[in-house]
Amino acid sequence: MGATSIPVMAPAAAEIFLAIAGMILLMAGVFRKSGSMAVVSWGAVVALILAAVLVLTHGGTSAEPVFFGMFSTGPFAQFAKLLVLAGSAIAIVMSLDYMKREGIDRFEFPVLVVLATLGMMMMVSANDLIGLYVGLELQSLSLYVIASIRRDSLRSTEAGLKYFVLGAISSGMLLYGSSMIYGFAGTTDFNGLAQVFSKLGDSGPAVGVIIGLVFVISGLAFKVSAVPFHMWTPDVYEGSPTPVTALFAIAPKVAAVALLLRVMIEPFGDLIAQWQQVIVLISIFSMVLGAFAAMVQTSIKRLMAYSSIGHMGFLLVGIAAGNESGVSGVLIYLFVYLFMNVGTFACILSMRQQGRYVEGIGDLSGLSKTHPMMAFALLIFLFSMAGIPPLAGFFGKWYVFMAAIESGLYALAIIGVLASVVGAFYYLRIIKIMYFDEADEPLDAEIGGEMRVVMLVTAAVTLLFFVLPAPIVATARAAASALMGG
Amino acid sequence: MTDLLAEYLPILIFLVIAVGLSAVMVAASMIIVPQKPDSEKVSAYECGFEAFNDSRGQFDVRFYLVAILFIIFDLEVAFLFPWAVSLGNIGIFGFWSMMVFLGVLTIGFVYEWRKGALEWE
Repeated sequence: MGATSIPVMAPAAAEIFLAIAGMILLMAGVFRKSGSMAVVSWGAVVALILAAVLVLTHGGTSAEPVFFGMFSTGPFAQFAKLLVLAGSAIAIVMSLDYMKREGIDRFEFPVLVVLATLGMMMMVSANDLIGLYVGLELQSLSLYVIASIRRDSLRSTEAGLKYFVLGAISSGMLLYGSSMIYGFAGTTDFNGLAQVFSKLGDSGPAVGVIIGLVFVISGLAFKVSAVPFHMWTPDVYEGSPTPVTALFAIAPKVAAVALLLRVMIEPFGDLIAQWQQVIVLISIFSMVLGAFAAMVQTSIKRLMAYSSIGHMGFLLVGIAAGNESGVSGVLIYLFVYLFMNVGTFACILSMRQQGRYVEGIGDLSGLSKTHPMMAFALLIFLFSMAGIPPLAGFFGKWYVFMAAIESGLYALAIIGVLASVVGAFYYLRIIKIMYFDEADEPLDAEIGGEMRVVMLVTAAVTLLFFVLPAPIVATARAAASALMGG
Repeated sequence: MTDLLAEYLPILIFLVIAVGLSAVMVAASMIIVPQKPDSEKVSAYECGFEAFNDSRGQFDVRFYLVAILFIIFDLEVAFLFPWAVSLGNIGIFGFWSMMVFLGVLTIGFVYEWRKGALEWE
């Protein structure tokens, strides 16, 4: 294939479709003028579902990278993309009611979510440090705008600005690391890098490569909000409108973890001795800080921020293991994480007092009497996040800790289990408030229809995952072996 | 490595000359010229007048929009020129890449237009 003929497009069918759909939705929204949020939102959901179908039909085979080695597909990317698409689509559905009630029902929101999702899919499929950066920026730039979508609120604009400044720093670190790696390894292509590093002798890689690698890890750790690069997370989660927080907690995290995993395993797989200690360290910090800092929170959104930092720590355990069961463990954990978080945010988005949205943990008091079903669903999600068997969250943790033990990281696994025990405290505190405290002011009785469906489905998946885990586990294992083999 | 560095030698020479020449000019004006400052000489430049107000005042956000729009289309031209010159070499893929780029830019422009960002009242 020469540089002047039209390249093969089929592996990127889903991404191309999503790009065109995003532009059509933008035009539809701007030409309809008023009241177009609902139409564009449902259009975006349909576009995301169609993209998922295209990912299923076109993205599964590990073909040669296309677009001059920039873009590759395979079972791993397919798995991650389906999770990302599901997370984004559900986030749009959950936003509809909230945005209308709060008077921020702008049609740009679903369009930006579609574009951010496109960026995430590019990240997951990137096969080159340049392609990775372009995907990451498309995702990040869309998310900065979404964070401050309520532009007349001081906290929302502050969240957007904070996210932008810290995100720009992390992008700069990533780029600097990439340039160091390019300077010392001579290529930005993942396959080329893997080839260079597989031929290293006993002397190990050049010191410039290690510096570059550490910078790349730092840049990506910002995106997954791992300690010590987590400072933005609680403020951005708290300041953004709640549906935006739900989106932030789900889709970009899934994409960034998948990206980090892929970058560590594919181009830098032979440098595991160099990066393993870094990942182990940030994993321990994330798990411990996530567990301890969440205890003193009073806002449920800040609590979810620290909870997600803790979850990222557990996911990094699987990445640190660096073996096939680690990769499949991370994928299973991501699947479970998606459902637990979507469910929890559906509950948070249903917390209203006299039509006004509230987000204090204390506002949940007496929930078991006023909303027994919602309280039970939240109980399932919180128990699952705490990792109590037989709920889904337990299996996520089980697989990553097993992988860590398999590769001899006993101390990491033990610290992880201990952090998980500490973390159980704050999840149980919410359950105690829901079930044993008296309500001062009960939450509104009415819960939106979409929220009921989302809560029911996610609660069912979280509760019944242990009955039939085989399909997910088998898919994750196949994706992991494709990644390790390729 | 040395070959690569040798290619940058002219730039190094140029930098040395540029820095040296400007240093010489500044130093010469300090050393040779007699220094007799008075209040007229050290005050702000003789032409014009004192500033009326702080230069960090507020200005209409629409200037910013127009500037952004200008940058976008300026960049577009910056890309169009090399594309037009090398169109014979880059083939059908190069042609359609630019068409897609222009299409995306046009959609952004239409969005901005319909949103009323270009109306000055």
